[in-house]
Amino acid sequence: MIRLSQVKKVFNQGRHNEFWALRGVDLHLDMGGVTVFRGPSGSGKTTLLTMVGCLARPSSGRISLGERDISALPERFLTDIRRSTFGFVFQSFNLLKGITALENVMIPAYPLGGDHGALKRRALALLERLEMADKAQSQAEWLSGGEAQRVAIARALINDPRVVIADEPTANLDSERSAQFLDIVAGLKRDGKTVLMTSHDPLVADAPVVDRVIGLRDGLIDGAG
Amino acid sequence: MLFQPAIIALVLASALAALMLVASLPFAVAVLRRWDLSSGAESQVRLEKRTYLVATLVKIVLVAEAAALVLFVFNADRMAGLFTGAMCAVGTLKVDPFGFPALYLKLAVFFLAAFWLVLNHVDNRGWDYPLIRVKYAALIALAPVLLAAGLVQLAYFLGLRADVITSCCSTLFSGNGITVTSNSVAALPHVWALSLLAGTLAAVLASGAVYLRWGRGGVIHAVLSLVVLGVGLAAIISTISVYVYEMPHHHCPFCILKREYHHLGYALYLPLFLGTALGVGTGIAAAASRLVSLRAVGPVIARRLALASMLCFAVFGGVCLGLIWRSHLILFEGAPWQ
Amino acid sequence: MNGWFNRQRALLDFAVSSLGRRKGKTLGLLAVYGLIVFVLASAMLFSHALRHEAKQVLAGTPEVLVQRLIAGRHDLIPDTHLAAIRTIRGVKSAQGRLWGYLFDPAAAANYTLMVPPADAPAVGQAVIGAGVAAVRDAAIGDVMSFRAHDGTLVSFTIQAIIAPESALVSADLFLVAEADYRRLFGIPDGRFTDIVVTVRNPREVRTVAEKIDTALPDTRIILRDEIKRTYESVFDWREGMVVLLLSGAVLAFFIFAWEKASGLSAEEKREIGILKAVGWETADVIGLKSLEGLVVSLTAFLLGYLLAWVHVFQFGAPLFEPVLKGWSVLYPDFRLTPHVDELQVATLFFFTVFPYTLANVVPIWRAATVDPDQVMR
Repeated sequence: MIRLSQVKKVFNQGRHNEFWALRGVDLHLDMGGVTVFRGPSGSGKTTLLTMVGCLARPSSGRISLGERDISALPERFLTDIRRSTFGFVFQSFNLLKGITALENVMIPAYPLGGDHGALKRRALALLERLEMADKAQSQAEWLSGGEAQRVAIARALINDPRVVIADEPTANLDSERSAQFLDIVAGLKRDGKTVLMTSHDPLVADAPVVDRVIGLRDGLIDGAG
Repeated sequence: MLFQPAIIALVLASALAALMLVASLPFAVAVLRRWDLSSGAESQVRLEKRTYLVATLVKIVLVAEAAALVLFVFNADRMAGLFTGAMCAVGTLKVDPFGFPALYLKLAVFFLAAFWLVLNHVDNRGWDYPLIRVKYAALIALAPVLLAAGLVQLAYFLGLRADVITSCCSTLFSGNGITVTSNSVAALPHVWALSLLAGTLAAVLASGAVYLRWGRGGVIHAVLSLVVLGVGLAAIISTISVYVYEMPHHHCPFCILKREYHHLGYALYLPLFLGTALGVGTGIAAAASRLVSLRAVGPVIARRLALASMLCFAVFGGVCLGLIWRSHLILFEGAPWQ
Repeated sequence: MNGWFNRQRALLDFAVSSLGRRKGKTLGLLAVYGLIVFVLASAMLFSHALRHEAKQVLAGTPEVLVQRLIAGRHDLIPDTHLAAIRTIRGVKSAQGRLWGYLFDPAAAANYTLMVPPADAPAVGQAVIGAGVAAVRDAAIGDVMSFRAHDGTLVSFTIQAIIAPESALVSADLFLVAEADYRRLFGIPDGRFTDIVVTVRNPREVRTVAEKIDTALPDTRIILRDEIKRTYESVFDWREGMVVLLLSGAVLAFFIFAWEKASGLSAEEKREIGILKAVGWETADVIGLKSLEGLVVSLTAFLLGYLLAWVHVFQFGAPLFEPVLKGWSVLYPDFRLTPHVDELQVATLFFFTVFPYTLANVVPIWRAATVDPDQVMR
């Protein structure tokens, strides 16, 4: 369970280009299920996800994960929570160039110091599940958009997080690939993962797999469905 | 001043280390005054980011100072050839009143930096950085020691003049050399030295074991570690070195570092110093375990440090025994307990 | 502990692969870094080898040397002094030496002319050093002639050439008979260049020297230990000079390293951003970058040092010869005895790796503390 109360986030505070991305968000997210944050660009939905996903701290307000207040944690501990709880799929996938798909999947686990062989087997198993086993040894930059996204999903799952966060997952995909992505999301949901997505793609928001849609506008919750 | 690469390197290293630390001082003051973890403001986030830089810098200072310590002693030994009457590092360090103080200050910097890093390590594991103010106050306190070490070292090197032939006069005017007198430490009776060493080593190992078993007495372990350092050094000077040299009246803490003695000294000093640093670290971590956010992780770190320090002390004791065992010198024929 | 090792291994693997992905930059850095190490190491190895050589030479020199001074200048010493020294208690032996320098206009070089204490060549014959043989293109049996002090010609048949083992001392040697030496310079019998004294008990060298000083007030006494110290400090000074001159280069390298480290390419910045976003902590990134630096440092150090070793001991340090060896033109070719000194390696490490590490800290830290949410913005 993730709870936000009066969360605000400001960028460039005190300067002429000061910008309030979030202006006081109260939100209650239960574990399990698929939630979509919907809203125009600049509405603060991505900022909200970075806050929920422990990528950044709110300027003010409280965020609690389960029983724990995480709003005042320094980056060192946020990272600790983040890498065991959240997996991220970024809009532009953000794979590292020059190394193989397999290595890309393994990267988030390097600082954890697990056994290298076991990690590799886990990464291969994930790629297999996403039907990417034959591309495991391909360099990341040779992959197509859909393939790159699946590698990114495998990477998000490598540390076995409870929550998967996807930022505009279908923005770079055609309809067919978008549908495939939603199938993967359905699979994650069946596995008991919580999926949080931002999107302004109606295909995503209206998909049957989605349990809840939360609208955002100008840094405030606009309406929940 | 003597103009040679090792001296230039040492002076340079001290200067850079001092510069790094002094450059961190304004930040340390800022932490003392403005640190507020509950704030998510950008200025607070900037402060937090800075802590990584300072910690890295102190790590570099520690490594550099440890290396400089070795280089300093090594070079002092090498320079013995330049001074009439100097046989090894002791002679070189006595050429000038600043020699030994420079060495002691360098040792102090090494240990203080090591303690600070333990403090830093412990603090970094507490989600609210409970020791952050203590840590940066300690850093401010460390700075003058580091500066003093650098300056005293500089004064020492500046005061050095090699006894070389001058064209005007005969060699006999270049002074009668240094008399290396044995001090009171060297005069410590062998029986006393070895019994004290065995006793304190046993005590420090016991206190470590107590901490491992019952999680108590971490601070006592730290204090005993410091005692072992003192007793260990005294025992090396008065007795262990004698066994290595196999000469009953040669009490030198430095010659054992030389190649002639297979650099055996490192096998003594390294575990002794490391054991002390880790032992005191145990005390720091154990004391910090009382804080809320360190209640769980503090004892884990302290246990690890205690174990490591015990290992070091055991190695030190083992090396001492080994050296006595393989020595051809017999100091205790018909010893009182036989 | 196991986790720590796994983590370091994973980071190291990744660091090496990152360096490999930026081949151009890495190789450029290695080249410059290696060059710095090479130059510094060459200078240090070379001067150290010379010092070693000099020590070797000094080991064979007498413990006490007595010279006569007149009006503060070195003068010939009469054999009455020799007799006086021999009567002093503790003196094992005393012997007059004849030596000096001989300028050879044909080669425009100075030779060290000496009368060896034992096995001197016969009158009219000479034994020459390899260097002399080389500049004069002389072989055994050739004749070399010189003008004596009074203008007459003195000729020598070359009897032997000294093997170039300890070439530093023997290269410019020209050994002749006592009679030839005296004829060449017009030095009367009973006068010597200086007197060498050996002492029965090495601990009494100083006492014996003091006694000689009292008995013969017009002399200057030089002890071997003193020469050793002087040599030592002269070599130290020269080495220090070279290192100081090269510190400009070190500084330039420092700036270069700083610039390289802070001038992260957009791609590198993107990589760090991604690493942080997928769960790497600032300390992990600093660790990764430090390992990269370590790999580069050690490689460059090893490479530079090995090259310097080859340069000095295989090729005789052509780059530094004129600076460090001294004034003589007669030291054309000799092999230095390979000798590696721990103190020197440590010093060199300080001069190169420490500045490089320092130059990297701030840029690395700056790159490592990008906000993890940056890639989402």
